[in-house]
Amino acid sequence: MQQKIHPTLESAVADIRDGARIMFGGFGGAGFPNNLIQALSKKGTKDITAISNNCGTRDGELGLMFKNGQVRHVIASFPGPHSNYFQEQLAAGKVTLELVPQGILCERMRAAAAGLCGFYTTVGVGTEVAIGKEERIIEGKRCILEMPIHADFALIKAETADELGNLTYRLAARNFNPIMAMAATTTIVEVENIVPVGTIPPEHVVTPAIFVHRIVQARGIRYAG
Amino acid sequence: MELPDGAYVNLGWGIPNLIADYLPKNVEVYFHSENGILGMGRRARPGEEDYDLVDAMKVPVTLIPGASFFHQADAHLMTRGGHLDVAVLGGFQVSEKGDLANWKIPGAKGSGGIGGAMDIAAGAKKLIVCMEHTTKEGAAKIVRQCTYPLTGLACVDTIVTDLAVIDVKPEGLMLREIAPGWSIEELQKLTGAPLTSPGRAPEIKFI
Repeated sequence: MQQKIHPTLESAVADIRDGARIMFGGFGGAGFPNNLIQALSKKGTKDITAISNNCGTRDGELGLMFKNGQVRHVIASFPGPHSNYFQEQLAAGKVTLELVPQGILCERMRAAAAGLCGFYTTVGVGTEVAIGKEERIIEGKRCILEMPIHADFALIKAETADELGNLTYRLAARNFNPIMAMAATTTIVEVENIVPVGTIPPEHVVTPAIFVHRIVQARGIRYAG
Repeated sequence: MELPDGAYVNLGWGIPNLIADYLPKNVEVYFHSENGILGMGRRARPGEEDYDLVDAMKVPVTLIPGASFFHQADAHLMTRGGHLDVAVLGGFQVSEKGDLANWKIPGAKGSGGIGGAMDIAAGAKKLIVCMEHTTKEGAAKIVRQCTYPLTGLACVDTIVTDLAVIDVKPEGLMLREIAPGWSIEELQKLTGAPLTSPGRAPEIKFI
């Protein structure tokens, strides 16, 4: 069996180089890979393109990455009213931002996961989001072309992994995590529990192991903001 | 009453989010939360909060029997794909054609944020915008053409304000109900686009 379990958070993120494109799971305080974010902050990887719904809550969640100046470009839906360090960096011109409607953010990542080269949608037609995008009429409706979002790494949070990497999530902490797991080249998951293969009933698996490359148990920071 | 029994409903940030607390007892609706919940219940009471069970505004909530969780792509497949019966969003401006602006005020500090509003505006079977009738400074929020950054084109079906209920129709804005003590002429002065009314608009029915 391929060994996916990492003994430490540090070893799980050790090869994330400067300039990497990284997806970060989480929404509304739930399901953020807060311990992996801490490890990446300690490692000091720079010039990151961060793909995430939010941009942190002050020092919490992704906030730390902006406080340290580790991010160069953001693809996000709702940076958030308390994303102070991100807003400072944006105002200073140290970070650039692409704002994407939330569901379209998901579908662009899913397109990457599914080997699709883009899709047309009515979402954002006639708004700032449509600027520079190809437009056409489909079934009588104005649509714009949206392109896939790829990433080198996804840093996600799940409740339980088995040793193969099958994942289950807790309550609404699922959110972006299963989508990002499928979309990135390398998916690193922090979990509360690691259980032997066969423990999770197959019909309860949410993210199949094929999408998971590294597993690390982390019970340090659960909610960071 | 804008929410029919058995409807699947999404409530946006701000005023819309308060609606859940004012539902009549005989109406059962299923609240959708864009972070991946269907069958969201009341807010959690002190002591029962679980921060893995929050709404899209990060507020700890509860579930009703029959609730389900799903990932973000399915959450917005529901908003965008026409699966929700009713969505209620806040608004900065609504035009007489039903264009909505609700995510950024020009000149405001910071990045602004779209969130799920554009997906919801594009896909809800019925979109209600719930907002104050004018800005704090008294400027009209119902206008001929939106001047703020747009959320969606021709997407609003009904506007509910503190003063009126207005339906957006192909022929223009139809005044359906008006707040007690207000005349149509007074309301028109605070509205930046022409209102038409089938005679005397009835007073708003409070539940």
